[in-house]
Amino acid sequence: MTDAALAGGVHAGPEPAPADAARMGGAAIGDRAYQLAILIFALCIPLLLAAIAGAVASAGWPAFREFGGSFLTSSRWDAVNGEFGAAPAIFGTLVSSVVALLIATPLAIGVAIFLSEFAPPWLRQPVAFLVDLLAAVPSVVYGLWGIFVLVPILREHVMPFLAGTLGLGGTPLFSGPAYGPSMLAAGLLLAIMVLPYVSAVTREVLLAVPRSQREAALALGATRWEMIWDAVLPYARSGIVGGIILGLGRALGETMAVTMVIGNRHELSASLFAPGYTLASLIANEFSEATGDLHVAALMAAGTTLFALTLIVNAIARWLVWRVARGPVGR
Amino acid sequence: MSSPATGLPPRARPHPSGHQRAFAERTVRTIRRRRVVNVVMMGFTYLAAAVATLPLLFILFHLLREGASSLGPDFFTSTPRPVGEAGGGMANAIVGTLLVVGIAAAVGLPVGVGAGLYLAEHRGTRLAWVVRFLSDVLNGLPSIVLGIFAWDLLVRPFGHFSALAGGVALGAIMVPLVTRATEEMISLVPGSLREAALALGYPRWRTSLTIVLRTALPGIVTGALVAVARVAGETAPLLFTAFGNQFWSTSVTQPIAALPLQIFTYAISPYDEWHAQAWAGALVLIAIVLVISVVSRYVTRARFGTGSD
Repeated sequence: MTDAALAGGVHAGPEPAPADAARMGGAAIGDRAYQLAILIFALCIPLLLAAIAGAVASAGWPAFREFGGSFLTSSRWDAVNGEFGAAPAIFGTLVSSVVALLIATPLAIGVAIFLSEFAPPWLRQPVAFLVDLLAAVPSVVYGLWGIFVLVPILREHVMPFLAGTLGLGGTPLFSGPAYGPSMLAAGLLLAIMVLPYVSAVTREVLLAVPRSQREAALALGATRWEMIWDAVLPYARSGIVGGIILGLGRALGETMAVTMVIGNRHELSASLFAPGYTLASLIANEFSEATGDLHVAALMAAGTTLFALTLIVNAIARWLVWRVARGPVGR
Repeated sequence: MSSPATGLPPRARPHPSGHQRAFAERTVRTIRRRRVVNVVMMGFTYLAAAVATLPLLFILFHLLREGASSLGPDFFTSTPRPVGEAGGGMANAIVGTLLVVGIAAAVGLPVGVGAGLYLAEHRGTRLAWVVRFLSDVLNGLPSIVLGIFAWDLLVRPFGHFSALAGGVALGAIMVPLVTRATEEMISLVPGSLREAALALGYPRWRTSLTIVLRTALPGIVTGALVAVARVAGETAPLLFTAFGNQFWSTSVTQPIAALPLQIFTYAISPYDEWHAQAWAGALVLIAIVLVISVVSRYVTRARFGTGSD
């Protein structure tokens, strides 16, 4: 009998004998109470999401009412005169996340292919474990490491190398003085942080590709890489894209580590060497010193924007992953 | 040159035409190129695996080097000292984290386990599909957004920060994690076990709670521990809920210190003593997270025979 059949009704078996009727009646009440209880717990999840949406929207509402669409497009953030525009933070959120994904995606897919196709069995578990552990490291620890280890390395070695030795200093992307705290530092730290997410989803999706797909390619004389490139990756493509978008969702909302290395300046600059802001780091950095209700409301409106952004990104990602990995009804 | 037997020239033998030779060479070149590409790309995946494991090792190395020296008994027994005074610890922050995470578990565990039970028992239904999807979406929301939620719910109306608000924010983060862990662990319980209990005349609710849930319990506990480890390191939602506190406090209605908050405050401060304290705090935090991760992995593998997650 399947779970679905069991879930069908209270009386899954044959009709009870008369002597047992009283006891079975008690069981029916127990069953009903139990079903109701877990239904309520399950409904807590949609309710929670709705409550979050409501809270975030109501907290940011005063700022949206005051500034309207210019909250999203203006780059003036002047707490003294009560003018708030979050364009630099939105820009910084997108740029740091895109930089992170540009670095993390090839690595993550490489790791996932290594783990699912090439790794010798004795190496598979340890490497998978170490990569998974990256996701368990608290954000604030990444931030601490970023401030005292990563940023100095970038300032002393990487930035001069990119600008000077490679001669990229003339391009707008790598121009300006190298202070250290910058969009580049944030992007790099985010890349490390989202890598385990992208790689875990990619690995899961690759494992869901049928064996026959691989064997057919090998039987046609493909090399192992050609098998992966021509037979496995196309099959898993939308799931991998889902994993990347999931990583994007993580990167967009990451707060502490970014706050600690991005420099926290309301600036729109094309250079990755320049400090910036993200929506999340804006809230984290300014909340404790927010002066007046409008300032707080503006910060919350940044939160509303972030919420909407990540909600959409996550919904798309989950849908793509589900389509490949398990289908919409669980495993 | 002719064949001795027939006197006729051999038909399809040696001396290929220029055409044939070019074709053969092209084939050899193609095969060689395909082999090179194969080796290069395999090498790339090995390299990617090496590069991906390096940051963790780096971080652990620096945490040990910088943090170990400030990590004495003082760290666990005393409260923070003012700037300029050596010593001091994070005892209040450790207790604060325990308290806030305790509240989070009290909020998040029942909801998560209950919802997980529902998803496991009604897996094919439309409602289960929606709940599962929303749970995944909830899991992907930035933690700072859940902080805003708790702030709007429990800080703004009352006019002051509190440990309770921090606990609720972290509890909301735990819900989707525990839900998925519960559902997956219950789906690993063999159906025959459930059927045997039902055949013996157990009511469905008792079968679910005393047989199925009981069997899946070690896995669920592990999932809950992983969720606890995850929220114990959360900082962003605590910034405007628990807020932090330099002094001793165990009141749920007052602002309270937490380990990650304290690390953040100290890390962005300009003082060397505080930096050292931040490293020590980070070392403690990562030790907690790593121990839970390793133990949970060991328990899950020992029980269900699968190493992967």
